[in-house]
Amino acid sequence: MNLSRKWLNEFVSVDVGDKEFAEAMTLSGSKVELTHDLGAEISNVVVGRILSMEHHPNSDHMWICQVDVGGEEPVQIVTGAWNVHAGDLVPVAKDNSWLPGGKHITRGNLRGVKSKGMLCSMKELNIDERDFPYGVITAAALLNDYHPIDPKKPSISSEIQPGDKIFGNVVCAGVGNVSYAGNGTWSVALVWAETANGEKTPMGTTIVTPCQNIHSLDLVAFDTKKRTICTLADLRAEQREFPHCITDGIFVLQEEGIKPGDDIRPVIGADDHVVEFEITPNRPDCLSVIGLAREAAATFQTPLKLHDPQVQGGGPGSLVELLDVETPAADLCPRYTARMVRNVKIAPSPKWMRERLRAMGVRPINNIVDITNYVMLEYGQPMHAFDYRYVKGGKIIVRRAEDGEELTTLDGNVRKLTSNMLVIADDTRAVGLAGIMGGLNSEIVSDTVDVVFESANFDGTTIRKTALALGMRTEASAKFEKGLDILNTLPAVNRACELVEMLGAGEVLDGVIDILNYVPQPTTLALRPDKINALLGTDVSVADMQEILKRLDFGVDGETITVPSWRGDVAHYSDLAEEVARFYGYNNIPSTLVRGETTRGGYSPEQKLEQSVGAVARACGYDEIITYSFISPTAYDKIRWPEDDPRRVSFKILNPLGEDTSIMRTTVLPSMLEILARNCNYRNKAARLYEVGRIYLQGGPDGLAIEDKILSLGTYGEGTTFYTLKGVVEAILHDLRCSSVEFVPCQDNPSYHPGRCAQVIVDGTLVGVFGQIHPLVARNYGLDTELYCGELALKALMAVKGPDAEYVPLPRFPSVARDIAVVCDEAVTVGELEKAIRKGAKGLLKEVSLFDIYRGSNIPEGKKSVAFNLILRSDERSLTGEEADEDVKSILETLEKECGAVLR
Amino acid sequence: MKDQLAKIKAEALAAFDSAGGPAALDALRVKYLGKKGELTAVLKQMGRLSPQERPAMGQLANEVRAALENAIETTSKRLEQAALDARLKAETVDVTVPGTAPALGHKHPMYIALDEIKDIFVGMGFTVLDGPEVELATYNFDKLNAEEGHPSRDWSDTFYFDEDSRVMLRSQTSPMQVRAMETMPLPIRIIAPGRVYRKDEVDATHSPMFHQVEGMVIDKGVTMADLKGTLNTVVEQLYGKGTKTRFRPHHFPFTEPSCEMDVQCHKCGGVGCPTCKGEGWIELLGAGMVHPKVLEMSGIDSEVYTGWAFGIGLERTAMRRFKIADLRLIFENDVRFLEQF
Repeated sequence: MNLSRKWLNEFVSVDVGDKEFAEAMTLSGSKVELTHDLGAEISNVVVGRILSMEHHPNSDHMWICQVDVGGEEPVQIVTGAWNVHAGDLVPVAKDNSWLPGGKHITRGNLRGVKSKGMLCSMKELNIDERDFPYGVITAAALLNDYHPIDPKKPSISSEIQPGDKIFGNVVCAGVGNVSYAGNGTWSVALVWAETANGEKTPMGTTIVTPCQNIHSLDLVAFDTKKRTICTLADLRAEQREFPHCITDGIFVLQEEGIKPGDDIRPVIGADDHVVEFEITPNRPDCLSVIGLAREAAATFQTPLKLHDPQVQGGGPGSLVELLDVETPAADLCPRYTARMVRNVKIAPSPKWMRERLRAMGVRPINNIVDITNYVMLEYGQPMHAFDYRYVKGGKIIVRRAEDGEELTTLDGNVRKLTSNMLVIADDTRAVGLAGIMGGLNSEIVSDTVDVVFESANFDGTTIRKTALALGMRTEASAKFEKGLDILNTLPAVNRACELVEMLGAGEVLDGVIDILNYVPQPTTLALRPDKINALLGTDVSVADMQEILKRLDFGVDGETITVPSWRGDVAHYSDLAEEVARFYGYNNIPSTLVRGETTRGGYSPEQKLEQSVGAVARACGYDEIITYSFISPTAYDKIRWPEDDPRRVSFKILNPLGEDTSIMRTTVLPSMLEILARNCNYRNKAARLYEVGRIYLQGGPDGLAIEDKILSLGTYGEGTTFYTLKGVVEAILHDLRCSSVEFVPCQDNPSYHPGRCAQVIVDGTLVGVFGQIHPLVARNYGLDTELYCGELALKALMAVKGPDAEYVPLPRFPSVARDIAVVCDEAVTVGELEKAIRKGAKGLLKEVSLFDIYRGSNIPEGKKSVAFNLILRSDERSLTGEEADEDVKSILETLEKECGAVLR
Repeated sequence: MKDQLAKIKAEALAAFDSAGGPAALDALRVKYLGKKGELTAVLKQMGRLSPQERPAMGQLANEVRAALENAIETTSKRLEQAALDARLKAETVDVTVPGTAPALGHKHPMYIALDEIKDIFVGMGFTVLDGPEVELATYNFDKLNAEEGHPSRDWSDTFYFDEDSRVMLRSQTSPMQVRAMETMPLPIRIIAPGRVYRKDEVDATHSPMFHQVEGMVIDKGVTMADLKGTLNTVVEQLYGKGTKTRFRPHHFPFTEPSCEMDVQCHKCGGVGCPTCKGEGWIELLGAGMVHPKVLEMSGIDSEVYTGWAFGIGLERTAMRRFKIADLRLIFENDVRFLEQF
């Protein structure tokens, strides 16, 4: 919401700088985003009067002007523009002046002639014809500026003389005196000659033209029949044929009461300051100048000067006879208020109105449309104007649309409607989409004569849903959807009619049509000062509370508070507490610490587990990542899950941002693979990554998901093997004090390499899987690198987590080490051998560690030699070599029996 | 004999002096003092001396032996020292050669920021809650006083799983307020960090998935002053003692009064600069007193109990903490980024 401070000052005089204003309003609840000084970039630019003009001796199009800028002496300024005349008032950027965009103007020398400043165009002042419709420049085609496209074949002779015929009724005419004729027109004296029977008769006339670029001694193309001076379009000429006859030029001022030397800023409306507010959705009343003025008055503790619209009326005819309003959809239209204006003269609205609209970010169109916008900005009540001609049967019907009914809205789009939408219709058809946009069929146009002003209150939800369904949120719909003050329609329509009379834009009919389908009851609340202070932690007196509420126009009768009609957001004592707090000052509320019963905070065992696996992963060199929980459905194809894999059943977002983020993952693998691939593509040589991420499975309570957390590991890079990742998995399990950990080869996981994948089983519970990613999966991610990933379920880890550490006395007796190497079949795994070793030991074996696997010479084909280091120890005595040997012997026997492994 | 002794002494001492190493010295020791050594040989001749000469010569011989032994001792020490010096010299390394890096993993910067926040609140007796991301609209909206028709419920803003808009991806961590109120005994002090989802296209400041931390206290006599005090303490711990804050009125459906908390811009100290868009303040979080209607909907008597709640966006906190300019870096997971923290 933009606010013009000039407009604001009409209702409340707040005389502080923008920064102070912004801060005070922000702290009382109307958050200011930005402030703009519209004229901040303009300095030393004034109104100037051109006293005289002469052609620049070294240029075919420049003029040397003597300009009165309010000083004792006129200043000399060279301009390249052809649309100024002696006597014109123009904006003059004096020597050492500044223009929008940081443009600095200083004195200079133009082709040998001194120039002490610059005459300005609208563009240079950052305004356009919407601000000053009269500033539009019409350019005549000056024959003395003709430059043929092909010099050999000119369409107009360079020796053309007044009287020479150009085509049809168009002749060349010489220009005599030129003088301003008011209202953006010039009076031009023309001379030419007419040839009849070989005899030349001199002719002369004076015509009025909107063309601004004509000066004495110019040659123009004059249409003797239409009595107009031809423009480029009339001659069907191209711009390059008349390079200086352009519609861009100096902004010739036609404002009343200005004189040379006046600061240009107030003249062009650049003396205003605009404040941009972020208004919260609970305060639609603040989407208006008056609403913000009320807040400003309360904030700065100055009176709010509201104005009661006065309408003279007396227009011809009877409103009741001309217009009939019915509201069959009464539930969606609590109130419909309308007035009529006849004999409208459509014209641009006055400068002050255009300036204010512009400051608030609204484009001026014409007086009637501008009035509706002006009232909407001022009162916060959206208004609409219909051309009465097109309201068939003089009847306005507020009804639900028929399913499939069509309406072309003002923006030119055809809208297909449903019966959930509300339209404004006449006897035969819809003429507007209620509360959103008018219909093209009843638009105010230049020859509109009679106008109906609508000021209504519509059901917010209906408006919101309709706007959303049609994708056309407008300023009006944005206001309606938040719920507007039902009592505001009448003052708003009256204000519109008052403005019509003020602008002389038409004749207002007596009377108002006002249908009230819902009679609002004012909300009353008990003040409850003790509760308010208890909630805020303050000690505000009852009198202060009452004073604050009064400033906001609440009715205060002792401790009974009547909420104003525009404050639909206030319904509870806590809402009153907020009003009190806002103006008592949030920053005056003391700062205290939580008191009362202490609570024991902390982390749950699951949270602690999550923290500890993360810590181990980092200790192993793994970096933590964060990935999106939603993935593409094609991710399951990429990780080669079968079509009918039940794990593909995912929570599917019905309105996703895109297919890529449309389902909730049931596996963390695709997320990890994507990040590994990205790092590969960024040519990072290695990555070691982990995430504790959620997966979302069917079957949670209330139709929700089972959200399990998975430790996802992923790595690639030189030196990375199955075993480096296994080491990390082992470290995690070791840290959790898991006992009886098994790694079982897993050949049937389609995402992993069938020969390099293991299931992790702890205490008989499947905890997860890890291994090398299947080369086909890697290829699906565009990689031929060896990728290693692992997935461990936190829930399972929680279940198999070992008990807290318990101290085991350090060995008091020395241990005996024995190395054994056995030869066995290739198929026998190290795990099986190890199991056999442990089984065969007779209680002295403390540690088994693999130290070598050898294949090659001396080992038969299909066999391997596996070497272990055994540590044997007794807790009671020093072992003798014989005792150790006995254990080793038993171990070797078991190895042979169980695994067919023989001592090498 | 006397001459012999003197000669041996002189020779031996000179030899010891020039001994190149412990082995050579040992050989010299054997040569002079060994069983078959030169001095021993001379001493063996003592028997031939007259009894008169013997004591003097014996003393002299002992002196020579002592001198030699002494010299060996000294030389040995000297050689040991030299050998040690030589070894240490040989073992000298270039200390500017880079160390062998142990592989150290890094916590994601956002979780660094989150852990700081969690630790502060746990220290104040708050329990950390986890909750569902696939959530019921009832918890995300209805029970938080965001009625049917609230704009944030639009399909253009929130992700839904069914046509009835019943099951959704939570758009805030605030449903955890309701879940806590419905299940936990009073008084309640919780924080609930987690992922939230909104229908925002990815850009430098937006992501369809981001993180929030919710906090809530419900007890008898809880005031807005307590809210301010607690949040001020947290901010001082996060941003340093003396960090200035301000509270502004704001609107959330589930708190009343509601506020936003700003911290004074660290860059300009409140004067106004591009970092704070000229305001001097940077918005940190939203908070307020739990709306009595919300308390009632969760079965808590709002006449007896009051509470406050806040919600803070984690990405923004981490970005500010680590001066990360683009949100996309957070979810890109480039190791060159991750390893900076």
